[in-house]
Amino acid sequence: MKDVSVLIGGKAGDGINSAGALVAQLLNHLGYDIYLYFDYPSLIRGGHNFAIIRGSERSIGSCWNHLDFILALNSETIERHKDRYTPETAIIFNADQVKSAGVGIPVKAILAAENAPEIMGNSAIIGGFAKAAGIEWDVVKTVFAASLQKGADLNLKVAKRAYDLGEKIHPVSTGTKPPRPLFTGNEAIGIGMVKGGLEAYVSYPMTPSSTLLHFLAGHQEKFGITVVHPENEIAVILMALGFAYAGKRSGVGTSGGGFCLMTEGLSLAGMAELPLVLVVSQRTGPSTGLPTYTGQSELQFILHAGQGEYPRLIVAPGDAQQALFWSEIAINMAWKFQIPAFILSDKTLSEGTYTINPSAVPDVQRGDSPGWAGTVPYLRYADVPSGTSPLAVPGMKDAVIKVNSYAHDEAGITSEEAGVIEQMTNKRLRKLEWLTAEMQGYPGVILSGNPESSTALLCWGSTMGVCNEIATLLGLRVIQPILLSPFPHVQIKNALTGVTNLIAVEENATAQLATLAGQYGIIPDKRILRYDGRPFLPDDLLLKIKEVTV
Amino acid sequence: MTGRQIITDAQNTWCPGCGNFSIQHTLKNILMEMEQEGKSLDDVVLVSGIGCHAKMADYLNINSFYALHGRAIPVATGIKLGNPRLTVICCSGDGDSYAEGLDHLIFAAKRNIDITVIIHNNRVYGLTTGQYTPTSPLGFKGKSTPSGTAEYPFNPLELMLASGATYVARGYTKKMDLLKKLIMDGIAHKGFAFLDVLQICATFFPAADYYTPRVYELSDHDPTSFESACLKSREWDYNSDARIALGTFFTRSLPCFNDRMALHEIEAEDRKQAVREILLTRK
Repeated sequence: MKDVSVLIGGKAGDGINSAGALVAQLLNHLGYDIYLYFDYPSLIRGGHNFAIIRGSERSIGSCWNHLDFILALNSETIERHKDRYTPETAIIFNADQVKSAGVGIPVKAILAAENAPEIMGNSAIIGGFAKAAGIEWDVVKTVFAASLQKGADLNLKVAKRAYDLGEKIHPVSTGTKPPRPLFTGNEAIGIGMVKGGLEAYVSYPMTPSSTLLHFLAGHQEKFGITVVHPENEIAVILMALGFAYAGKRSGVGTSGGGFCLMTEGLSLAGMAELPLVLVVSQRTGPSTGLPTYTGQSELQFILHAGQGEYPRLIVAPGDAQQALFWSEIAINMAWKFQIPAFILSDKTLSEGTYTINPSAVPDVQRGDSPGWAGTVPYLRYADVPSGTSPLAVPGMKDAVIKVNSYAHDEAGITSEEAGVIEQMTNKRLRKLEWLTAEMQGYPGVILSGNPESSTALLCWGSTMGVCNEIATLLGLRVIQPILLSPFPHVQIKNALTGVTNLIAVEENATAQLATLAGQYGIIPDKRILRYDGRPFLPDDLLLKIKEVTV
Repeated sequence: MTGRQIITDAQNTWCPGCGNFSIQHTLKNILMEMEQEGKSLDDVVLVSGIGCHAKMADYLNINSFYALHGRAIPVATGIKLGNPRLTVICCSGDGDSYAEGLDHLIFAAKRNIDITVIIHNNRVYGLTTGQYTPTSPLGFKGKSTPSGTAEYPFNPLELMLASGATYVARGYTKKMDLLKKLIMDGIAHKGFAFLDVLQICATFFPAADYYTPRVYELSDHDPTSFESACLKSREWDYNSDARIALGTFFTRSLPCFNDRMALHEIEAEDRKQAVREILLTRK
């Protein structure tokens, strides 16, 4: 078996996410690329949680419907996922909770024999899985030791008892690659921003962005950053702009609802020309919507958010590898052009776990605004050809640095003079031309799959994973713009050469990327949309593509 | 810069008789004295909201962040956290920080961030031409409440004491010597300094004839006693007729947010190493 899918399910509070992470590491150590999808309702205790862990020899970002293994901590897991079984699906279950065919693990008895706490019950199930999958005991030992912060020894004893009791059902063959790091999309975004010089991260908790806040807060001393959780998202963005004015690279993170509160601050960043990175991780809307489920319905909102006209960068990475690279680019562009830069994510990417290959991430050149030469008086908004004025920060000798939310002159003093207003508007908009030219130097549009195919899938963000899966199967072309503003229409048109059937694949109800592309004369022939909070399964997408291509 | 011209060339558009002139003049004198005492004005930042008060950002020739209505305080907080060596003074209005941005005022007090917040409390919206604010008296007839307001004002001093402010004072634009002392004490105070300044709005709420006979300077008051401060703050509730105390109601010393949250600055090479290390984990 060169492609393996494992589902682990139980009640909320059963530790499904961490058990899933261990299964992911086991497959990682067998030499597979990993994608982990975590599905949970918006509650703390009691609902059904499950994780699907897929290992493949290819780079992946989606999970097929069928399962090779089910690890059931409760009966609901067996019932709920019946449509995913095949005759070969191996079921490993907690025999104290579940009656089923397959391998029952006597969890209570094992825990009693080792005098281990109840929380270690998942290790027994994982031990049973490792045996069923024919994973060498040494691999289990290595993974437990590397992944568990504490109690690795006792967990291993528990796992070993189950391992010895169990039976080999579906031996999973060993891949060829060495183990590589596994990160969630949010972690990759955080690391990318830190690589780009992040000094302060300000955020109010909101799923699915919160794990980025937790990750950076947990590593703030190691990374040398300040992490602040203020009273609301309005304070979040204004504080971040205060950091930026003081010369510190700052970022904020939220989801659609929180971003609604940030729009007046966003417009301020545009007018005051303050650099800022905004991570917006989309979930299903409108309003509170489905807090823990995915969506791609904020693209048009973010393109237009905030009153007035000013340049903005928007990038939408499709997996953790792209997130690592593009988050570093985003923060550097924010500082090079004194603009707001968005990293647009979604639940699938933010909370999904992916294999990354750090050595394959290209170096990103640091982006800085031109420095101030010391000429007095300092003009914060000097009308230079590039539109990006030399930057000074408070504390610099003899610089009087005036930033202003009102229309202002070059010195930052409020002005209502018609000529000044037009001049400064032109200055701000010129930055967009320079930004557009700068972005030519980055791979803002990814062309993958079969470049000869006359049928192409147009996708953005995390749906890139499932589109690549199907394109490989059917021999189609995939066009994924990572850069969404300034929109890389020329590169997309180049990628479209020879395409007669363009299919937009998006996780929203109105085809927002297709709408954007349409403004540049790029009109998809077909639209395949999903908007029930769940990511596309390759199975569904395959059927739908077959429907629209016959 | 030494001996800098403290007032910019920007055209002043406050109404004749506006209380803001007194606050501007006071700030100018304080800045000049700071400079004479060897403090570089390069290290001073003024943050303002939006309203008549906020024009201060255009008029004072120092670093300034002319922010949004109600949002001066989170900006000031970010600046202080970003560079704790800066002296951050926040000018805000009663519409600004008692209405639109009240949450930020309360949280700044709760956090004890080391900034000085001066509320230009004219108890009316001036720039939007005369509507009631959270400190307008009951029955105030403004353009949005032609029959008089149907709500009581709140008492900002009481609110700040309850929120944890470590310096709480009240000044009056017609008592400029005291005003100067209170602002200077606020700047010198290490922690969140809150100053409610009763300010005349010459056009929409010319209340000098009310304030002047009622104000008195606090004496025989122990500003280190929270209980005394609470009692004193309740003497006048911004609504009923009473004597109006001016001065420092409360002061105490507590660790500041910016000290507790200090930026964990590390060398660029150490940061690179930290990134390399984390990329080696999780496998």
